[in-house]
Amino acid sequence: MTINTLAKGGCHREQMACFRKMEKVIVAMQDPDMGMKMRNQRLLITVIPHAMTGHDIITWLTHKYRISEEEALHLGNMLVKYGYIYPLKEPRCLVLRPDESPYRFQTPYFWTSTRWPASELDYAIYLAKKNIRKQGELMEYEKERYSLLHKRINHTWDFVVMQAREQLRASKQRRKADRIVLECQEQAYWLINRPPPGVNNVLDTGLERPNNFSCRVTLNSDYYKREIEACRKALGRNRVKSSICLEGFLKYSEQYLNHDPIMQGCLPSNPWISDDTAHWTMNAEIVPVPTRLRVERWSFSFMELLNDAMGRKEFMTYLEKEFSAENLYFWQACEDIRHGENSKIVEKVEDVYKNFLAPGAARWVNIDSKTMDKTLEGIKRPHRFVMDDAQMHIYFLMKKDSYPRYLKSDLYKNMLAKAIVPQETKKSVFPFMRRQRHSSPSPAQTATQAAEEEGLAKGAGANSAAGSHF
Amino acid sequence: KYLSTFIKTLKYMRSPPTPEMATQEVPLNETLAHLKTESETLKSKLEEERAKLHDVELHQVAEKVEGLGQFVMKTRRTLKGHGNKVLCMDWCKDKRRIVSSSQDGKVIVWDAFTTNKEHAVTMPCTWVMACAYAPSGCAVACGGLDNKCSVYPLSLDKNENLAAKKKSVAMHTNYLSACSFTNSDMQILTSSGDGTCALWDVESGQLLQSFHGHAADVLCLDLAPSETGNTFVSGGCDKKANVWDMRSGQCIQSFETHESDINSVRYYPSGDAFASGSDDATCRLYDLRADREVAIYSKDSIIFGVSSVDFSLSGRLLFGGYNDYTINVWDVLKGTRVSILFGHENRVSTLRVSPDGTAFCTGSWDHTLRIWA
Repeated sequence: MTINTLAKGGCHREQMACFRKMEKVIVAMQDPDMGMKMRNQRLLITVIPHAMTGHDIITWLTHKYRISEEEALHLGNMLVKYGYIYPLKEPRCLVLRPDESPYRFQTPYFWTSTRWPASELDYAIYLAKKNIRKQGELMEYEKERYSLLHKRINHTWDFVVMQAREQLRASKQRRKADRIVLECQEQAYWLINRPPPGVNNVLDTGLERPNNFSCRVTLNSDYYKREIEACRKALGRNRVKSSICLEGFLKYSEQYLNHDPIMQGCLPSNPWISDDTAHWTMNAEIVPVPTRLRVERWSFSFMELLNDAMGRKEFMTYLEKEFSAENLYFWQACEDIRHGENSKIVEKVEDVYKNFLAPGAARWVNIDSKTMDKTLEGIKRPHRFVMDDAQMHIYFLMKKDSYPRYLKSDLYKNMLAKAIVPQETKKSVFPFMRRQRHSSPSPAQTATQAAEEEGLAKGAGANSAAGSHF
Repeated sequence: KYLSTFIKTLKYMRSPPTPEMATQEVPLNETLAHLKTESETLKSKLEEERAKLHDVELHQVAEKVEGLGQFVMKTRRTLKGHGNKVLCMDWCKDKRRIVSSSQDGKVIVWDAFTTNKEHAVTMPCTWVMACAYAPSGCAVACGGLDNKCSVYPLSLDKNENLAAKKKSVAMHTNYLSACSFTNSDMQILTSSGDGTCALWDVESGQLLQSFHGHAADVLCLDLAPSETGNTFVSGGCDKKANVWDMRSGQCIQSFETHESDINSVRYYPSGDAFASGSDDATCRLYDLRADREVAIYSKDSIIFGVSSVDFSLSGRLLFGGYNDYTINVWDVLKGTRVSILFGHENRVSTLRVSPDGTAFCTGSWDHTLRIWA
C-alpha cells in the first residue's frame, strides 16, 4: 500500500479549501480601503515598495478578526508558512516576527494553489538557475537534489539548462529592485514546495483520501434505494420542538457543573496540576467512605447510580432489604450476555433461564406475561439480544419504582450525610518544590495477579506495587 | 396534539412509486439517475421538515445562562517517545493511563501522570490510525493501514513480547480509521476507509454486525452513553454523520450539513446529542430528539480543519483540536469561543477528555502528546 503525501494527479480537497480561505484573508489585507497600509521598506541599499512590517500585519489581523495579539501572530505565521507573505530580511526563515521586520505579499503567480503540485521540471530549472547565476550558491541539500534530478530527468536536461539560461537573461533586463523581488518570491515558493530537510512540510496532508465519493463505495441502485428508504423513515419520525430539547442542555450543564473539574476545579486538588493523587484515591472504585459529590451524582439518574460500582452495591443492599434484589441480579446477568463472548451466549442464556425465568426459579423475576412468552420463545434459539425485552422491562421497573424510593430511603440519606467533602489543598507555597509523582499499579497487573493467584502463587509482583519515584 | 396530527398527515403524503416499478424496459443507467434524483428530493424535503420544528436557537435559549470567565489551561505533561506523527490516543478507565499510536507503527501505553512508558508494541504496518484501551485496562486494540484491528493483552512480564500474544479481530477491505471497545473487553466496533463500520466478537474474531450506508471512507465513531446502550454515531468523507442501531445494523438517523469530511464525532454526555468536527473548520452540534443540527461553532479567523473533538464532563465546553496546531475551546450553550490554546508545533490529530474530566490529552504530528488541565 502506498501513501501519497502529495497528490500526483488531482488536488487535495482539504488543502485547496484552506488555500481559498487564506487567499480571502490575503485579498482583504490588500484591499485599498480596509486593507493594510503599505510603504517602502529599505533593504540594505535598495528600496522595496509595497512592503509592511510584521507588527503591521499583527495589528491588522487583531482588528479585523477581533482576536488577541497572540492569535493574530499565530494566524499571520500560518500565512507566512503557507507562502502568502514572505520575509525580506532572513528570507529562508519563514516566520512572522512581531516587530519592524519587513514582509511582502507573494504574487498570485507563486501561490502554491496556482500550480499544484509543483513540478520536478520547474524545480530543476530553478536549481539550475541558481547554479548558473552564482557557482556555489546552492545549499548542500539543494546540491544533492540537483544531482538526483539530473539523474532522474536526464533526458530533458538540455531543455532544463536552456530554460534556466533564458530566464536568467530575461531577469537581467529588469530593474534591480524588481529582480530582487522576483528572486525572493521564487525562493519563498520553493522553500514551501520543496522544504529543506528538518523543516515541517506544511503541504503534507497525511494519507490521501478519495477525491471522488464513489471511489470506495459503489453508488449503485441499491445504495440509492437504501437512501430513499432511510429518508422516508426519517420523514415519518417524531420530532421534538427545539425549544423543548435545547432546555435539556441547559439543565444538564447546570446539574453537572460542580462535577466538572475543568469548569469548577476538583477537591482536594486536580492531580494534574498539584501532582497530588488524593482526588483519585478518594474517588477510587471502592472506598470506605465516598465523597459527597459522588453520592449526590447517584441521584441525577438511574444510569449514574448503576454505572458507579459503589452506587450499584448500595442499591443492591437496598433491594435485598426490599426483597427485590433478583431484579438487579437479572439485569446484570443480561448485560453479561449482551456484552460477553459469543461462545458463552448459549450457556449464559440457559443459566439465566434456570435462575430467573423458570417457574419456581430461585430468583424469579416478575415480568409481564407478553414479554415472558416472547422471551421464552426466543430462548429456544438463543442469541445475544434474546433477553433485551425482558431486561428493559426490569430496568424500567427498577428505574420507576425502586430507584426513587432508594433515594428517599435512610440508607441513601445516611450515605449522603457521612460522605466526605475534601478540604481544598492550596497550591504549594514553594513553587520550586515539586511533589514526587508516584506510579500506581497497572490495571493489567491486578488482573495478572488475580490470574496467578488462581493458579500457582508465584509471589506478588515486586515492581509497581512499591511505587517508583520520579 | 397539533403536532401528532401534523405528523400523521405527513405519513399519508407518500411519494409515488419509483419509476422502475412502473416500467420494466427502462435502461439501467436512467433508472439510477431517477433514483438519485428521488433521493435528493427526499433529502431536501427532510431538511424542510426538520426546520419546521426549529423554533429557537441554542444561543438564544442560553442567553439566561451566565457567561464563562477567563479560562486558563496549560500543558501539564508532555509525553515524548514517538518517532513520528501521533495519530490517535485513548484513556484507560483508571483516569491516568493512555495508549497512543503513530505513523511509524508504534503503539505505546503510558502512565501519563508519571510520563513513564509502560508498554510498547511495533505494529507490522505504518499509519496506525486507530487505538483503544479495553475497559478492563488489560488490553489495547489498534490498527491502520493493515486493514485490521488487533488486540494486544497487556503483560507486565518484561521478557514477554507483546506482539506474540496479538489477536487479529477485525478485517476490513481498506484502512482502519477508528476502533472502540463496547461495554466490555469482548466486543469491538470499527470504522474503515472501505465505507463501512463493523461490530466484532473479540474472542472468535467473528463479525457480529456490519453497517453500510456511508458513501465514502468512514473516519470516526463514538458509542452512545445511553441507558439501553445500543447505538453509535459515525462520520465520514461523504460529509454525513450517521446514527446506527447496533442490533439491527440499520442507520436510524442521518445528518448532512457539513461542507467537508467529518473527522471526529463525540456524544454529548447525556447521549441526547453529538458534536462533530470537520475539514470545513467548523464543529457542529446535532440534537437527536429534534433530529437536526442545533449549533455551529466557527469563527472567521479559524481557517483550518478540525481533527478531533470532545466534551468536558458537564458538556458545557467543547474542545477541538485543529490542523493549525491549536486547540479551540467552545462554550457549547452560547456558541462562543472561550479560549485558544497554543503549544503543539504541528497538527493536533487527536483529542480526548479523561474519564473523570480532570484533564484532556492531545496527540500531534509533532510526535508528542500533551496533557492539559
